[in-house]
Amino acid sequence: MADMGEADQAELQRLVAAEQQKAQFTAQVHHFMELCWDKCVDKPGNRLDSRTENCLSSCVDRFIDTTLAITNRFAQIVQKGGQ
Amino acid sequence: MEGGFGSDFGGSGGGKLDPGLIMEQVKVQIAVANAQELLQRMTDKCFRKCIGKPGGSLDNSEQKCIAMCMDRYMDAWNTVSRAYNSRLQRERANM
Repeated sequence: MADMGEADQAELQRLVAAEQQKAQFTAQVHHFMELCWDKCVDKPGNRLDSRTENCLSSCVDRFIDTTLAITNRFAQIVQKGGQ
Repeated sequence: MEGGFGSDFGGSGGGKLDPGLIMEQVKVQIAVANAQELLQRMTDKCFRKCIGKPGGSLDNSEQKCIAMCMDRYMDAWNTVSRAYNSRLQRERANM
C-alpha cells in the first residue's frame, strides 16, 4: 500500500478491529439461528408468538451456559488427567 | 487513469490513503457478505419448513409459506441478536 501516516495506520487498525468484533457477533448470531430456529419455530405464521420468542431467547442463553459448562468440566478432566 | 491506485482506496492528491473512506468500502463488503450468508441459511431453513415432497413446481401454499418463513426468519434473527447482546452485556457487568 502507498502513503499512510503512522496516525492514520493506527486509526485504521482501530477501525478494522471494531469491524472484526461486529463481524464476530454477526457470525455467532448466524450460528445460534442454525440451532435455535429448528428447536423453536414450528410452522412459520403471520408473526412470532411470545412462546417462540421466549424459546429463541432461552436457546441463546442455554447454549452459552452449555459452552461454559463444557469448558469448565473439560478443564477439570484435563487437570485430573495430568496427575 | 486519473488518481490511479490510490484514489480507488480513498486517496486524495499525492496518493495518500484515507482510513475513513477505506472503512466505508470495508463495511459495504462485510454487509454484502452478511446478506449472502443470511439468504443462504434462510433458503435452507425455509425449504425444509415449506416444501414437503418436491412437485413439478412451487404451488400457491408453498410460495405463501416461503414468504412468511422469510419474514419469521428475520424476526427470529432480530430476537436472537437482542438476546445475545443482552447476555454479553450481563457478562461484562459481572466481570
